[in-house]
Amino acid sequence: MSDTNSRIAEIVNGNDVVLFMKGTPLFPQCGFSSRAIAILDHLGVEYASVDVLQDMDIRQGIKSFSDWPTIPQLYVKGEFVGGSDIMMEMFEAGELQQLMTEAEVKPAA
Amino acid sequence: MGMAADDIAAMIRAALPDAEVEITDLAGDGDHYAAHVVSAAFAGKSRVAQHQLVYKALGGRMGGELHALQLTTAVPN
Repeated sequence: MSDTNSRIAEIVNGNDVVLFMKGTPLFPQCGFSSRAIAILDHLGVEYASVDVLQDMDIRQGIKSFSDWPTIPQLYVKGEFVGGSDIMMEMFEAGELQQLMTEAEVKPAA
Repeated sequence: MGMAADDIAAMIRAALPDAEVEITDLAGDGDHYAAHVVSAAFAGKSRVAQHQLVYKALGGRMGGELHALQLTTAVPN
């Protein structure tokens, strides 16, 4: 496993909920990342975020790690959940709330 | 520069011949699209796996040449 892959594995396994995104939750740099943050904020769960614009290795590495070509990417309990389209679809179906509850994710502080 | 809606639909149909593909040009700029793809190939697959099939059909263009494609997938009724 490459260094980048082990760094990514550490991040996804070390946080119950983590979003790989462009920009930060306060200043998303892309509409899709912004939408993903809006969903997480609406769910009211505690989450970590990684700004891929600050780290070229992770920006490229996460795409092969997840076999997913775009950012944002959501991980819950070490499992890849999807990008912003899947997040929206699951949110609208009530499935994302259910996933967070089942994963016993902490509410946002 | 982005891709034409017809090219996107053609690439998806080439990989998933039964697919019904509906492309909407969201901003009218040939760069921001929404695609709805219905195919029996999605049956029994997770959402992630369904989207991965479409991304593979687009042969690496997704996230590069094709920046903004909102994707929804479904199995035929």
